Amino acid sequence: MKITLDHMYMVTGLLLMVFALRSLTDRSNGKRVGTALFWALYAVTFLFGNAIPSGIIGAMVVVMALIASCKGLGLGFYGEASKEEKRRQADRFGNSLFLPTLVIPIVTFLVAKFTSLGALVGLGLGSIAGLVAVMALTKDGLGRSINEGRRLIDAIGWAVILSQFLAALGFLFDKAGVGGVIAQMVSSVVPTGSALATVVAYCVGMALFTMIMGNAFAAFAVITTGIGIPLVVVMHGANPAIAGVIGMLSGYCGTLMTPMAANFNVVPAALLEMGDKNGVIKAQVATAIPMLCINIALMYFLAF
Amino acid sequence: MIRLVGVLVVIVGLGLRLNPLLVVIVAGFSSGLAGGMGPYEILEAIGTAFVTNRYMSLFILTLPVIGLLERHGLREQAELFIMKLKGATAGRIMLLYMLFRQATSAVGLQLGGHPTFIRPIISPMAEGAVAKGRELPQSVLDQIRSMAAAAENYGNFFGQLIFIAAGGLLLIKGVMDQAGYSVDLLTMALYAVPTAVAAFLLAAVRYTMFDARMKKLSLKGEEERR
Repeated sequence: MKITLDHMYMVTGLLLMVFALRSLTDRSNGKRVGTALFWALYAVTFLFGNAIPSGIIGAMVVVMALIASCKGLGLGFYGEASKEEKRRQADRFGNSLFLPTLVIPIVTFLVAKFTSLGALVGLGLGSIAGLVAVMALTKDGLGRSINEGRRLIDAIGWAVILSQFLAALGFLFDKAGVGGVIAQMVSSVVPTGSALATVVAYCVGMALFTMIMGNAFAAFAVITTGIGIPLVVVMHGANPAIAGVIGMLSGYCGTLMTPMAANFNVVPAALLEMGDKNGVIKAQVATAIPMLCINIALMYFLAF
Repeated sequence: MIRLVGVLVVIVGLGLRLNPLLVVIVAGFSSGLAGGMGPYEILEAIGTAFVTNRYMSLFILTLPVIGLLERHGLREQAELFIMKLKGATAGRIMLLYMLFRQATSAVGLQLGGHPTFIRPIISPMAEGAVAKGRELPQSVLDQIRSMAAAAENYGNFFGQLIFIAAGGLLLIKGVMDQAGYSVDLLTMALYAVPTAVAAFLLAAVRYTMFDARMKKLSLKGEEERR
């Protein structure tokens, strides 16, 4: 039997279901019912996502969003170790603590490189291998590691579903024809006689539309067919390969500046338990804007 | 103009600091309705996209591993490890990680990530290098953590297109092919290099400035204690 991504979704779903059940019995969590319901619904989308009609899944997602917006998620009790205890443990295990964290990327890499299973299945298998490694090292059981996992996912909270949710929004924006309107607006204000002006329009257009869609890949087709090809390539004769790749990199500058790219900007802020959920974006703006200018210059000097 | 109503909802909603999930629902429904879809069709679109993109959240599987290691002092050990290294500063650690991320993704390796590297290793090391055994206030921790999270993104974004079979390059090729231009993957990969170099140099400047800022902060902290 070949291991597929669906098996990894099954494991994730089971883990989330255990989180849900433990949340429900966690009396120290004042919002245990909301928390449990949220993780249980999420678990169902992993376990039965392909079997349930997508309209029902959509409704479940809306319910999850409503639970989160009504502040229905809370923190519980996870039997955490004290700071002193952790220091003692660090002294006891030393640098061997790094080994299980390295098992995850190494197994991911090996699976991606030497099997036909793909990197995502690799990540799943790597996590399982890492779990075995950490339990062997610390002699702790599965229950404790699940509780620690629950501590982390409760700290991330609703932000965990934001990336998947935003992908749906990108699709709906596309349906409404948002991209076409933006491309039209940009090309109507650009002085098309100047090659530099069209390059600026293409690069800035990529960055802006990426910020709206949260994803440079989603922005690329729209802005390249709307601005890049007609104005930069056809009108001014830029090399399409060079203009294309630098256009995409300009889109990445937009990714650095938008909460819509939740998996890169918002989820990490939650994962790192930062006070300010937009802190990562704020740190990145001072890199993203100069990089956008550099990309404009590179396209202007290299693509013609 | 009505087509842009969803975009407007997002900008206004996030501006008012409403819950992003709520903002996305309202934006999605208004955008879908503006695009001529019915309510159930919109729910179906949300459900389909949500299920197709489950892979984005597979990192959940790493949480029990990271959590259990943290219980046994992973973060404390990362801090200790860095304090013993001479010349290790927060900025240098993060810049080095970015270079590692750029170099590995340029050859097609997806080694890295916020859950597997930044939270358990890079951020605690950077925090340890700044704190040198003292307690840091949350505002300073936030600054260090945001710069550490950014290092992962810089390395990933400004390295990946150098790899000749990168998904991004294949997408560019697809779009250009459809428009009647045949483009060469190797040329594209090559022209991703100048941006990658520029990104590294710019990051080097920013992380050096960050170190200077942290140093000033710790000097000030010492004066206050005196």
